[in-house]
Amino acid sequence: MGTEIVNVPDAGGHFGVYGGRYVAETLMPALLAVEAAYREAQRDPSFQRDFDDLLEHYVGRPSPLYFAPRLSAVYGTRIYLKREDLNHTGAHKINNTVGQALLAVRMGKKKLMAETGAGQHGVATATVAARFGMSCDVYMGVEDIRRQAPNVQRMRLLGARVIPVTSGTQTLKDAMSEALRSWVAEVDDTFYVIGTVAGPHPYPEMVRDFQSVIGVETRAQILTQAGRLPDMILACVGGGSNAAGIFRPFLDDAAVQLVGVEAGGDGLDTDRHAASIEAGKVGILHGSKSYVLQDPHGQILNAYSISAGLDYPGVGPEHALWADVRRVEYSAVTDREALTAFHELAHLEGILPALESSHALAESKKRAPKLGHSGMLVVCLSGRGDKDLSSVEEAEGL
Amino acid sequence: MNRIDACFQERRAQGRKVLVGYLTAGDPDMTVSEADMRAAVAGGVDILELGVPFSDPTADGPVIQAAAFRSLQAGTTTTTVLELVRRLRRDLATPIVLFGYANPVFAYGYERFCRDAAAAGADGLLIVDLPYEEAGELRAAAARHGLALIPLIAPTTPKERASVILAKATGFVYYILFRGVTGARHAVADDAAAQIQTLREVTALPIAAGFGVSEGTQARAVAGLADGVVVGSAFVKAAREGRLSQLVRELRAAI
Repeated sequence: MGTEIVNVPDAGGHFGVYGGRYVAETLMPALLAVEAAYREAQRDPSFQRDFDDLLEHYVGRPSPLYFAPRLSAVYGTRIYLKREDLNHTGAHKINNTVGQALLAVRMGKKKLMAETGAGQHGVATATVAARFGMSCDVYMGVEDIRRQAPNVQRMRLLGARVIPVTSGTQTLKDAMSEALRSWVAEVDDTFYVIGTVAGPHPYPEMVRDFQSVIGVETRAQILTQAGRLPDMILACVGGGSNAAGIFRPFLDDAAVQLVGVEAGGDGLDTDRHAASIEAGKVGILHGSKSYVLQDPHGQILNAYSISAGLDYPGVGPEHALWADVRRVEYSAVTDREALTAFHELAHLEGILPALESSHALAESKKRAPKLGHSGMLVVCLSGRGDKDLSSVEEAEGL
Repeated sequence: MNRIDACFQERRAQGRKVLVGYLTAGDPDMTVSEADMRAAVAGGVDILELGVPFSDPTADGPVIQAAAFRSLQAGTTTTTVLELVRRLRRDLATPIVLFGYANPVFAYGYERFCRDAAAAGADGLLIVDLPYEEAGELRAAAARHGLALIPLIAPTTPKERASVILAKATGFVYYILFRGVTGARHAVADDAAAQIQTLREVTALPIAAGFGVSEGTQARAVAGLADGVVVGSAFVKAAREGRLSQLVRELRAAI
């Protein structure tokens, strides 16, 4: 292909034609300051040391790479699960919030703010805010507050203010819009902790870097446990942070097939899904250029997924680049397929996966027969499913 | 001379300030919106900012968010906004600036948008979420079609950055008075005088200041600092409450 995918983004935050900084001028100096602080931190060995130390002793890393014997037998290939669900707070989100909180401390900020969909990123931000003695505001759509009640309680117990967002579809998209609005007003003393590889530069790069620990560990663990690299790695993609984190250290391994799994909702033949890469067009949303679900006039469409964490009409710009150059293959699974995988993992392995991660599991089930019993794949189990019990009940009670 | 430059020159010669008025195009529908625009001009608005509605207006407060929502519900598209410009231009000499967000313009196509906007009779563009660094392609297209791409300068913009942004700018400078989103406030930012003075050192363009201006006393204070005063949310709200002409007249008299 020849298109550069390793040394990205460029100085302006562009991943090929994607990414960049599409924000109001009021925020530009803040973004430039975050970038400058991040560059400085990257050159400072003590930053990496503090980050590694917190990941080990606070988050509980490395997370295990677990061979799932009974799931492997049923699906028909050897399946390893990267257990991000075992991290402190129950998902991969904490890897990134630890990194950004350390940066906020370096910058002398007193307050963190975040948007959240499923509540996992909100909990992870509230957690590090408590750990570093900062105040914390979390913007969350009213619909998500309803379907992710346990996480709302957790955030409040951690001392965060959960700010209900009532605009639009009252989900992640609107929470992010409202967070951006509020940041403009509080930009002098507040650090905005974005939870995924989307948003304006330097967030897509920074979040990817902090999450890359997932892929770095996976690579070492699979070589130790299986003696070779896997044939395939699958991860769910909403904004795409756990996928970016696990894929990135494997980009140069041409033999390792990388599969990003989007939320197909009721199906891509309906208008109720969140598959920005497969069904979207190039556009500009929340600070960067990428694939976006939109109408022919450039108005953003409502996304839909049973999984609050995937219910977003955009996707990180680096994924858009990976899709274009075909380094990563993207596909979608429906709510129903994800629910089936949710139950299968619970029954076969005694693990309740997040509905987000259940999308990646469902796709692995489709891919397994082709790989066969000598094949091997890794699924990023990005989070645990306790938060989703009411969503599952509601979906199946209907 | 283009209509924007002529407007500032004329007001300056009269010792008056330019009143820039924003209304969301198509709010609550095209017919009422056109009547509101005409009423605003009749009442004394010197430059019309026509808001092109966007589904996710991240720089706007509740009043303009709601206006965009009503407009989109009524079926407004970029095409129908350009048709409105064309109708207004038939009999109005008022400068018209199209004010919006990047994605609808990107979806329409930067080159095609500039061509059609210029043909319809628009004089300038202002895209809130397209900072200097990302604006190269649109700036070139706007220049090809004789449209000014109005730069925004925020209270957080350092002088060095402002001088880069304004080096090749045309039209006027929109100085954002407050950190935050659009919407009424009842004061003038403490740092506005110093910031606008700093801008004078890096540009000869006229400076219009806005964000939060909602009444006469405040408009007069802003007019004391800048060449023009921008009023948005307060006009949008007044239009819905049937007192747009009255508010435009009050502000016109104040500056």
